Amino acid sequence: MKDMMPNFNLVQPSDVESAANILAEAGENGWAMAGGQDSLDWFKDRIKRPTTVVDLSGIEALTGIREMADGGVEIGAMTTLTDVENNAVIKEKFGLLASAEARVASPQIRNKGTLGGNISQDARCWYYRSGIDCYRAGGTTCYADTPEGMNREHCLFGASRCVAVSPSDTAIALTSLDASMVIQNSSGETVVAAADYFIGPAIDIENMTILKPGDILTAIRIPATWAGADFYFEKIADRNTWDFALVNIATAMKMNGNIIEDIRITCGAVECVPKRLNVVEDIVRGSERNEDTANLGAGAAARGAVPLNYNHFKIPLMENLVRKALRG
Amino acid sequence: MQKKFSSDRFDPLSTVRDALSRRHFIKGVIAAGTVAGAAGLVTGCSDSSDSSGGAAGSVERLITVNVNGKARPVDVMPNETLAHTLRNKLGLTGTKIGCDRGSCGACTVMIDGVTNNSCSVLTHTLRGANVITVEGVGGANGELHPIQQAMIEELAPQCGFCTPGQVVSGVSLLQRNPNPTREEVRYALAGNLCRCGAYNNYVDAIVKAAGSA
Repeated sequence: MKDMMPNFNLVQPSDVESAANILAEAGENGWAMAGGQDSLDWFKDRIKRPTTVVDLSGIEALTGIREMADGGVEIGAMTTLTDVENNAVIKEKFGLLASAEARVASPQIRNKGTLGGNISQDARCWYYRSGIDCYRAGGTTCYADTPEGMNREHCLFGASRCVAVSPSDTAIALTSLDASMVIQNSSGETVVAAADYFIGPAIDIENMTILKPGDILTAIRIPATWAGADFYFEKIADRNTWDFALVNIATAMKMNGNIIEDIRITCGAVECVPKRLNVVEDIVRGSERNEDTANLGAGAAARGAVPLNYNHFKIPLMENLVRKALRG
Repeated sequence: MQKKFSSDRFDPLSTVRDALSRRHFIKGVIAAGTVAGAAGLVTGCSDSSDSSGGAAGSVERLITVNVNGKARPVDVMPNETLAHTLRNKLGLTGTKIGCDRGSCGACTVMIDGVTNNSCSVLTHTLRGANVITVEGVGGANGELHPIQQAMIEELAPQCGFCTPGQVVSGVSLLQRNPNPTREEVRYALAGNLCRCGAYNNYVDAIVKAAGSA
């Protein structure tokens, strides 16, 4: 029977400052809980054993979607995925994010899970998830990157001892939309670009984001830059519900007639961070949007990929997704 | 039928009890255990009052949760999920626990009108919220919800374990969209696994009920 979680102190602050102070005091023993859709699984499996859990759901300032003066939007980190998906402004200007939200997990999880939690969730490598002392858990071995390791879901790029991938569907949409993240802790507020928010194992093998104990992601800002652009989102997973992506893609394209004036392409589940395909962007920018351009772009999509034993299939999958995105 | 359904509405705190049944007896034992503060024996966990309930800064354990339109006072541990509270403390065993990991939907309930996996929600986060379980979707006198009636007619439940979750997902859908397309029904039920594979029957039932709900 593993149906009860070990005990913890549950604290329910109503403002960000007190939450940050409690978390700063608790340090490594603290846990900031957003929707709890992943947190509770960690606790039930007894792999993460925080003594102080800070429930952020009572902090009103963390929810809601606000339009900003420059035409962008600021989304409170605790806004549920369903609320973001159904928001009229998001649908109208940033449909890419709405399409990504619609493919996360299941309806029940989207109703409770938050945007901030979705982009900040931990690696889904099952060796790590089962509590094994791998590199990411502070050990000295990677169990996935071995001749016998089951690594069908693991990375093609950027391996550095750990071969886990970025699991989030919304993270790639936010990266393509050039979003930035607002982080608050007991010493103040900082804003970082999506490209700096997500970090790979070469920088910090135990964390997938720059959030440190005591930090709270308070909001996600999307600038007006890509509002109303031509968007393409697709997620390939074993099942259409629940499963994490084998490869997913989020593209924002500004068209001038049939010419691709500017483009941002991001793929997920191929690297520990959302992977911007800068090479493909450079190849297709300024070209006509047609089959030839799509083929050229697709050919460069997986350049530099280092597949593991069981994930070679991700290379043609990535190429085909880029081809489909560029065709439109 | 009528009698069976009304027994699902059994309230362990009520002094008025109808015919004694095995189900009532078990629920009575569970409720008595909780009241006596010996929940640890029944639920497989130790009593936590000393280690956390009284700790500075942590939540107050005795709270009131609004379930099916009734204010229910209940002693809730900080680490307790809604599914656990409903089944083991409030006697509402219609909500099933399948995977206990948010991956099957058997424990689906409505919280403020939207579906949630009750295994993945801490009860303490629900003060002030309205919880509707499968026991609360029917009429006041035990009439079946049109979705439940349609599920019987369409032979949707086989083993029946996922049925309460399917019912709640369906009711929530019809509340926000009274005339859904078949595709919309499929999308709304996507978070409810059925190991018997009766998906088409469930979708048929909700499409059928949509006309009369």
